[in-house]
Amino acid sequence: MSTMQIDKTIDARGMACPGPLMNLIGAIRQGQVGQIFEVFSSDEGSKTDIPAWVAKAKHELVEVVQDDGYAHFIVRKAR
Amino acid sequence: MGNDVLILGGGVGGTIVANLVAREVGDRARITLVDSTGFHVYQPGFLYVAVGNEQPAALKRPEAGLLLHDVKLIVDCATLVQPGVRKVVLKSGRTLRYDELVLATGSRTVMGEVPGGLAAHDFYTLDGAMRLHRALNDFEGGTIVIGVAGIPYKCPPAPVEFAFLLDDYLRARRLREKSQIKLLSPLNRAFTIEATSKLVQPILAERGIELTGFFNVESVDPVAKTVTSMEGETVDYDLLVLVPPHRGQKVIEDSGLGDERGWVPVDKNTLRHTTLDRIWAIGDTTNIPISKSGSVAHYEASVAAAEIVAAVKGEAAPSHVYDGKVMCFLETGHGQATTIRFDYDHPPVSPTPARRWHWAKALFNKTYWHTVPQGRLP
Repeated sequence: MSTMQIDKTIDARGMACPGPLMNLIGAIRQGQVGQIFEVFSSDEGSKTDIPAWVAKAKHELVEVVQDDGYAHFIVRKAR
Repeated sequence: MGNDVLILGGGVGGTIVANLVAREVGDRARITLVDSTGFHVYQPGFLYVAVGNEQPAALKRPEAGLLLHDVKLIVDCATLVQPGVRKVVLKSGRTLRYDELVLATGSRTVMGEVPGGLAAHDFYTLDGAMRLHRALNDFEGGTIVIGVAGIPYKCPPAPVEFAFLLDDYLRARRLREKSQIKLLSPLNRAFTIEATSKLVQPILAERGIELTGFFNVESVDPVAKTVTSMEGETVDYDLLVLVPPHRGQKVIEDSGLGDERGWVPVDKNTLRHTTLDRIWAIGDTTNIPISKSGSVAHYEASVAAAEIVAAVKGEAAPSHVYDGKVMCFLETGHGQATTIRFDYDHPPVSPTPARRWHWAKALFNKTYWHTVPQGRLP
């Protein structure tokens, strides 16, 4: 996994869908353009929901890493 | 006399905790409930006020009439909690000490956070629901847009329910053919819960309610009558109804008891504050990633009450914990409804919409005053 400055971490492991995405949307709403957000999610639905929303909202999905029992998403607020 | 049990907030959660604690240890604890208005408001009824199916007066009763004799009610506003000295300062200047403190202050809506948002209607306060009803009465056709301007928000089914009830309302006024209903959802489906979405989306389509996904309201232009999303889309409206952004109460933020939005961090099972002793939080007040709804406050209240009763008795904490139980109704219009039930370990299930669920909800709404606040429904 690459190293970069993370501005906000959302540990949504254990949250049911769509909790992780809702938390990401809330964080990006409050955040500044250029900030980096990371989300940890153990919910299978996040694997499709988060990339779909990031693409629709025209932010940048920097990285997705599958770890032991959870996925790790890194998203940059692009606008 | 024994412990000072202090409860902030006279909503569903705070009222149940006060009554359950009073029932168990009312003779050996001083139980005080502080509420800023002195009135208990049944918020699930706002939706019905908006479409003219409920009278505002039916949703409000004096809190004093719902509390057991052993609970002392103070009508005042808590302004500061001082956990270090176990005191709460009230707006009047009075200070109350506590041995056990329950934060049941709920959430507040902040439409002003949305640029241009104050031009929108909402049904998240009684006044807002009454204004919306007047606006609907004056409505003669056009596009009504329903959107969500912040998550989390109270009662996740409410925007979908409102769309269905609005469809009924416009049909009854013979305006449906001259009107469009557009439901803007923050997710790529109608509702937070996928299984329930699969149930309601075909009904939305059947009723001609247009669903747009991934539309998180960012701003409103009241002059152009447009609403724009975080995702960059813009939609025209004639009448706009928004779920306002929510945050925790000011006393929580001013006391540094919550996160950046004022939600109090608690253990999701015991409802104890994650870092502060002798403090519990329930209902909308918490940061638990679960529905903000009266149902959650209701089920959590018995857990917090049992913890406090044990503390007053000097006993070990009870094994009964909050398991994430949620049960709510979802109106689907045409006199039908479904239900949504789940907990931390069991995914949501919703039966096919039927008249019996609509009548069950109506019955619950009417009998609420005699059952729930008193802690008579487990």
